[in-house]
Amino acid sequence: MAAAAAGHGTGSGPGDSPEGPEAEAPERRRKAHGMLKLYYGLSEGETAGRPPGSDPLDPTDLNGAHFDPEVYLDKLRRECPLAQLMDSETDMVRQIRALDSDMQTLVYENYNKFISATDTIRKMKNDFRKMEDEMDRLATNMAVITDFSARISATLQDRHERITKLAGVHALLRKLQFLFELPSRLTKCVELGAYGQAVRYQGRARAVLQQYQHLPSFRAIQDDCQVITARLAQQLRQRFREGGSGAPEQAECVELLLALGEPAEELCDEFLAHARGRLEAELQSLEAELGPSPPAPDVLEFTDLGGSGFVGGLCQVASTYQELFAAQGPAGAEKLAAFARELGGRYFALVERRLAQEQGSGDNSLLVRALDRFHRRLRAPGALLAAAGLAEAATEIVERVARERLGHHLQGLRAAFLGCLTDVRQALAAPRLAGKEGPGLAELLANVASSILSHIKASLAAVHLFTAKEVSFSNKPYFRGEFCSQGVREGLIVGFIRSMCQTAQSFCDSPGEKGGATPPALLLLLSRLCLDYETATISYILTLTDEQFLVQDQSPVTPVSTLCAEARETARRLLTHYVKVQGLVISQMLRKSVETRDWLSTLEPRNVRAVMKRVVEDTTAIDVQVGLLYEEGVRKAQSSDSSKRTFSVYSSSRQQGRYAPSYTPSAPMDTNLLSNIQKLFSERIDVFSPVEFNKVSVLTGIIKISLKTLLECVRLRTFGRFGLQQVQVDCHFLQLYLWRFVADEELVHLLLDEVVASAALRCPDPVPMEPSVVEVICERG
Amino acid sequence: MEDDAPVIYGLEFQARALTPQTAETDAIRFLVGTQSLKYDNQIHIVDFDDENNVISKNVLLHQVGEIWHMSTSPADKGVLATCYNKPSDSKVLTCAAVWRMPQELEPGGHESPDDSTSPTHTLELLCHLDDTSHGSTACVTWEPTGDGKKVISLADSHILLWDLQESSSQAVLASSASLEGKGQLKFTSGRWSPHHTGTQVATANDTTIRGWDTRSMSQIYCIENAHGQLVRDLDFNPNKQYYLASCGDDCKVKFWDTRNVTEPVKTLEQHSHWVWNVRYNHSHDQLVLTGSSDSRVILSNMVSISSEPFGHLVDDDDLSDQEERRPEGKSQEPPQDSVIATYEEHEDSVYAVDWSSADPWLFASLSYDGRLVINRVPRALKYHILL
Repeated sequence: MAAAAAGHGTGSGPGDSPEGPEAEAPERRRKAHGMLKLYYGLSEGETAGRPPGSDPLDPTDLNGAHFDPEVYLDKLRRECPLAQLMDSETDMVRQIRALDSDMQTLVYENYNKFISATDTIRKMKNDFRKMEDEMDRLATNMAVITDFSARISATLQDRHERITKLAGVHALLRKLQFLFELPSRLTKCVELGAYGQAVRYQGRARAVLQQYQHLPSFRAIQDDCQVITARLAQQLRQRFREGGSGAPEQAECVELLLALGEPAEELCDEFLAHARGRLEAELQSLEAELGPSPPAPDVLEFTDLGGSGFVGGLCQVASTYQELFAAQGPAGAEKLAAFARELGGRYFALVERRLAQEQGSGDNSLLVRALDRFHRRLRAPGALLAAAGLAEAATEIVERVARERLGHHLQGLRAAFLGCLTDVRQALAAPRLAGKEGPGLAELLANVASSILSHIKASLAAVHLFTAKEVSFSNKPYFRGEFCSQGVREGLIVGFIRSMCQTAQSFCDSPGEKGGATPPALLLLLSRLCLDYETATISYILTLTDEQFLVQDQSPVTPVSTLCAEARETARRLLTHYVKVQGLVISQMLRKSVETRDWLSTLEPRNVRAVMKRVVEDTTAIDVQVGLLYEEGVRKAQSSDSSKRTFSVYSSSRQQGRYAPSYTPSAPMDTNLLSNIQKLFSERIDVFSPVEFNKVSVLTGIIKISLKTLLECVRLRTFGRFGLQQVQVDCHFLQLYLWRFVADEELVHLLLDEVVASAALRCPDPVPMEPSVVEVICERG
Repeated sequence: MEDDAPVIYGLEFQARALTPQTAETDAIRFLVGTQSLKYDNQIHIVDFDDENNVISKNVLLHQVGEIWHMSTSPADKGVLATCYNKPSDSKVLTCAAVWRMPQELEPGGHESPDDSTSPTHTLELLCHLDDTSHGSTACVTWEPTGDGKKVISLADSHILLWDLQESSSQAVLASSASLEGKGQLKFTSGRWSPHHTGTQVATANDTTIRGWDTRSMSQIYCIENAHGQLVRDLDFNPNKQYYLASCGDDCKVKFWDTRNVTEPVKTLEQHSHWVWNVRYNHSHDQLVLTGSSDSRVILSNMVSISSEPFGHLVDDDDLSDQEERRPEGKSQEPPQDSVIATYEEHEDSVYAVDWSSADPWLFASLSYDGRLVINRVPRALKYHILL
């Protein structure tokens, strides 16, 4: 069937045929709804290949508009078998019949409707005719009513005019009566003290009286009124002047007086004068608080008092004034501003005096709170009276106090540092009596360092209160910027570190150059302290400061490196000075020992001289002392031989070699030559050279100074044979014990070598001692 | 510039004493005294030929002992005084004597320096400045402007003023004074001031500097603790009468105004060991020479406290009060004290430095190992000062 449909090109015919008997009702609906028709076709799945929707132009479509019976019949006849034709025919007949009966039913129904409609129209025709008559009657009645109404209003016209006139007269009479009664009412009001009422009456009447003053009767009233008003004004003024009844009532008085037309300028002067009186009383009570004798209330209480008394009063005056005299314009405002400026200035002076008393005290929190309240209270009048500059002045005062506070803290820190130093001095002096000297030094250093650090922290914390968020002035530009960077960081911290360095340095060039003034241990301790500052503490403190005071200011600050360099320089100077002082002590000992002895007539040496033992002892003590605070430091690689052997070699072979030529008169140059050649190969010894920060360097410095002194002193003396031998013994002894302290033992060799050589030169009869004997003596001693 | 290079002369012996021939104003001549306990000591007369840069010498024997200090008469070229150790077995005593150099040497030895075979001459003793009761003599100083008749010697704690009579062949003790105090006080050094018509002498003992009036032999000022340690030497500013320089074992050189001795006017700390000698240049007193046992000689330019007027505006300006004018600075850069040069030719301690009496731009220094070095002020500075 599908093939057949394809062969005919149009498949509508055979598609329709099976539908026809299937259902009658859907057929109808399909006529109405093309889409549905399509839907059903598809769902049945019969005509899958058929194009959706039938062609409306198809002449074979029974329901189509272009249906052509001939074509349809022709098509049926050609296509369908007989049985199907028969079926079509019966179907067709049945459909036609159904259609006929439908049509009949419709015709009947419509006929009935036509008949009932005709009846209704007929009835309506009758009703309309009746209504027309009634409308005519209504029109005539309305005309009659209009006529009557016009007649009545014509009659009433005259009376209405009369009544209006009478009402006007009545109102006028009442006004006149008010006017005539006005003097008595006013008097009554004044008597009763109802000034407000009186002023209102007067205000109402004034214009009228002004207008009709040419009439004698009104004139009289006006005069009366004026007299009364004058009295009223008098009384008001009286009340105003007495002033005891407080600011609000005064304001009322002023308001009434203004309403009475009193000159405003005079009034505002008077008002201010009164206010001044009151505020001055406040100031005086504040000043009384300041008085030297009574126990001054704490600063917080004071600012509270000032805040509530004076500043509150000022606020009230200002707001009242502005309310009352708003009409005065800029001149009035200027007057108020001047007033506020003057009184504010006096108030500030008082506050400053009180704050100045506070400078000495240590409690920062109280001060900051007081300043906060002071500043906060002044914001209100500041906003009210921008021209008076009160808020600015207050901020200035707060800034000044903050600055002074910083100075105070710097002083405090300095004092603390000096106190620490005094403690150290005492501690250094005390244990020496008890017999144990050394072990305290490191502890002392730690104590000093921690005590200074805690002082610094305390100061920072105290100063930090100024920038706390809840404090009203902390967001001022000064406190955000300059205070943090210039004030705290530069002024307080950097200033303190600098002053610490200076104080420490002042020990280096104290006038008492003998070194007696400052204990050497203190020099050493300070030097270590400065060095510690350089390595760690300074950067720690500055970081701490920067963290606590987030510096927003861009102004240049001292960099950490500069401070560190200063501290290092101080440490270096102190240590160098320490070396000089200690070197001097030992030098003096050696010098005395050389200068006071008679070297020509001395006996053959049996012992090492006691001085040398003392020198070694002292050097050991210094070594211990320095070792407590400074690290060991680097030595030059030591020779494998012990010092003893080196010196023996020196005294036996080298020394002999150098002495030998001096016996032969023919070669006087050799001594010089040899020593000069030796010097060519040794480095120049810088005696008072700067030292490094370690124990070995310090000890080397001290020993260098001592031995050079020994050399110079020996050169100034003349020695006998035994004198020379004694020097030999002494030097060997020193050699035995001193090498271990120095960085380069060659240095000790060299210097001692030179001492012995010089002694030999200064000896007319140089016979050196046998090295073995020297050794024996030294070992024994 | 070959003539800016130092000229070095070596002695065979140790030496401490150096002096220019004060009365000689033409030839550049220095005298060096040796210290030897075993051989005869010598005085080397060293002549320096500035143009040819050559040194020539004469040797005089000084047989009495090693020379610790030496000074020449300001009036007579041939006369000098020495302090020497008298060798003895049990005691060392330092004596002083006035000598005359042999006449034939004075024109200036024309022998070549290497002519060591030339006969050595001997000094002629004029007189001893001795008074055994006074002890060892540390120093002899001549009256700077006089006729070479007055000499002061410092012996232990005594200051002795001698009158030389009969062409210096006899010394008469004119007056004396002595230090009183605790302990053994000993003079170390002394200078006769060229100002005040030669009536002032300054001496040093331990850390103290004292001024004396030679007429009354009384103390006129005293600088206690002038240095932290021993004061080694003194010198007077030749142009400013109250200015005095001192040096000592604290490595410092200090400048004093003797009218106000509480504080030094200026302090230098350039040496790294004891400073043994300080000398003002005779004509340009901003040039100060110091020698130290750190083997260095330092030439400093002390413009700020010199008599030299600052800048060259002086000529067309009021000269009356120099003191007041100076701080104003004028238009030129302010005077700056500075180290001109450090001379490191020595390898041993330098115990003596001095300026030539003939050429103000020339000086000599002597180290213990007998090395004499003659140096010049750098040319640039010389022209800067002159022009």
